[in-house]
Amino acid sequence: MALNIEQGSTSHSAYDLRSHMSDAIETHTLAILVENEPGVLARVIGLFSGRGYNIESLTVAEVDHGGHRSRITIVTSGTPQVIQQIRMQLERMVPVHEVSDLTVEGPFVSRELALIKVVAKGEHRVEALRIAEIFRCNVVDSTLESFVFELTGMPEKIDAFTDLMRPLGDVRLARTGVAAIARGL
Amino acid sequence: MSEQMTGAKMIVEALKEQGVDTVFGYPGGAVLPIYDEIFQQNAIRHILVRHEQGAVHAAEGYARSTGKPGVVLVTSGPGATNAVTGLTDALMDSIPIVCLTGQVPTFMIGSDAFQEADTVGITRPCTKMNWLVKETDALADTIHQAFHIATEGRPGPVLVDIPKDVQFATGQYTTKPKAKVSHYQPKVKGDINVITALVEAMEQAERPVFYTGGGVINSGDKASTLLRELVEATGFPITSTLMGLGSYPASGEKWLGMLGMHGTYEANLAMHGCDLMINIGARFDDRITGRIADFSPKSRKAHVDIDPSSINKVIHADFPIIGDVGHVLEDLLKVWKSRGRKTNSAAVQTWWTQIEAWKAIRCLDYKQDGPTIKPQYALERLEALTKDHKARYITTEVGQHQMWAAQYLGFNEPNRWMTSGGLGTMGYGFPASVGVQVAHPDALVINVAGEASWLMNMQEMGTAVQYRLPVKQFILNNERLGMVRQWQELLHGERYSESWSEALPDFVKLAEAFGAKGILCSDPKDLDDAIMEMLNYDGPVIFDCVVEKHENCFPMIPSGKAHNEMLLGEAETQGVIGDAGGVLV
Repeated sequence: MALNIEQGSTSHSAYDLRSHMSDAIETHTLAILVENEPGVLARVIGLFSGRGYNIESLTVAEVDHGGHRSRITIVTSGTPQVIQQIRMQLERMVPVHEVSDLTVEGPFVSRELALIKVVAKGEHRVEALRIAEIFRCNVVDSTLESFVFELTGMPEKIDAFTDLMRPLGDVRLARTGVAAIARGL
Repeated sequence: MSEQMTGAKMIVEALKEQGVDTVFGYPGGAVLPIYDEIFQQNAIRHILVRHEQGAVHAAEGYARSTGKPGVVLVTSGPGATNAVTGLTDALMDSIPIVCLTGQVPTFMIGSDAFQEADTVGITRPCTKMNWLVKETDALADTIHQAFHIATEGRPGPVLVDIPKDVQFATGQYTTKPKAKVSHYQPKVKGDINVITALVEAMEQAERPVFYTGGGVINSGDKASTLLRELVEATGFPITSTLMGLGSYPASGEKWLGMLGMHGTYEANLAMHGCDLMINIGARFDDRITGRIADFSPKSRKAHVDIDPSSINKVIHADFPIIGDVGHVLEDLLKVWKSRGRKTNSAAVQTWWTQIEAWKAIRCLDYKQDGPTIKPQYALERLEALTKDHKARYITTEVGQHQMWAAQYLGFNEPNRWMTSGGLGTMGYGFPASVGVQVAHPDALVINVAGEASWLMNMQEMGTAVQYRLPVKQFILNNERLGMVRQWQELLHGERYSESWSEALPDFVKLAEAFGAKGILCSDPKDLDDAIMEMLNYDGPVIFDCVVEKHENCFPMIPSGKAHNEMLLGEAETQGVIGDAGGVLV
């Protein structure tokens, strides 16, 4: 007895292979307060890789030394259903104290810091410094053939600045990823 | 009690304080100090398994049949990696397990020492929580936390990795009441506004159905009692997942049988056609829902679950209730009674008429004819000859036999049915039966097995014989990987790739080689006598029940199909639709 299911059809499997998530992709910024103990970051990252969620940016640092708390800021993307799952999966983790979806919970401030090294000579070097002033960069290191600029802002601002630098010389970049916090009380 | 002692002694003290009476384990270099302490006391019984995977499954059987956490003790490296399958199984089925692993000394961690493995790294995705304890002073506290986290909220496995120098060193013991209170305190009471809204929906529902799962059993006996009261009082039909069997009795009037891929016709069509689905402690697994887009299209759905991430994960819940099943059912009954115990009884009566028509299909019918034992017949006879036993516990392996056991055996009490649902672990049933028998020495414990699954952990015969555990291994031997063979027949053009069990042992001689009893039965006429011989033997038995080799398990909802696209096998609709054998309904 055979079912005569067409080769390659989705019924030809032990699983339903059709994605039932056709909603639009959204980007959300999550702030996660966790116990500052070994393995917490691995556990959080493991959730994202194990369940196939995206990480666009991630920052982590201790925020309360006495209370042993660290804050992880993750920028992630997915359908609304996936974003809700990410939040709930994070909330059920034992070492996680609090999860805020800043994108949903109201206005928030997000900033990223970048250190941008530009290696250039002559007119290009002058032009790099001029543009850096427009972007209100700090010059944190200088040689006759290079600058290191410090720039803080939204990720888009850093992207715009580096795009302008690339034609001027060799650009090397270190970015921190996004840190974010809700506005107001 | 607040005193100095070695880490190894602390472990035994902490287990005693947690009320542990049994540990399943296997010694090795990195846990020798702990085994030395176990040797010098009598409060905790250690069961020596023959493989660390067996230790975890045995602890799962112990936990599932008692409601208490199961405890495992294994060594570093291979001891820990062998336990991984069991831990993953416990995670998927929400079974509380505390696994203690030895580790190489702290100063050797990271040096690729003998029997070193990154145990917390390897087990992080398959435990609810795990710890590497680097200081003896923190050891007792961590073990108390481990028990708290394993048992509170949605239960699950936890692991404590203990380097050998931490076991040898002396430190301060922390008593259970003084242990750091974890912030992990899941919410057990459901939102009363949503519960009230659900009661309103229940009062109006024309075609309601209860869909219950393992969460009812995990919540404890009280939850099963309340569920029975609610079902009888409302008169609504009830079905259950594989994991939830026994929370409502199979002999109950409102019982529709199991639902899902191999569930009954009436249960699946009731799910498909209902207007109010009340999910209590189940998680809309893909073996239950079939094609998501066509899952119960006309119903409003309530979902009671202690794990918030289960809600809206797969299926949208109109009445999401986060809480413990026992607490939620108590509130639900209270609200329903206070509002006058109303139901739309005329409509529900009509709904029952429809359900009775579906039942009349007799979807589990099969024909026992000819000289070969049908597996369904073997289980029906097993049921008939054991159902009146006052304490019957059934474990299973994974495959066709597991589904037939769920279909043809009736469970009237919770915690009597141990099976690997989420992970589907072949090799689960035998060690689980060992764990159940250790917890209930006088009970009748039967592992319904297939010969292929059973061979995966057959080394546990040594354990069964050593501890005189009279576990009955009821093997439905079709000399095939039956479920694989069934899928190959139905979906892969009858190309039976690697699904034969070649070179099988003589199970009777195998039993005898271990010092147990073996019984071979291949004739339907001999079956009852052979089963009685198995039941009357005081000791472990391997029952080699040679069955029909090409029997398929029906009903069946092929994956990616909806509930109303079920295949029936030998049921009465066969022949009406065609000679293909299985029919699309």
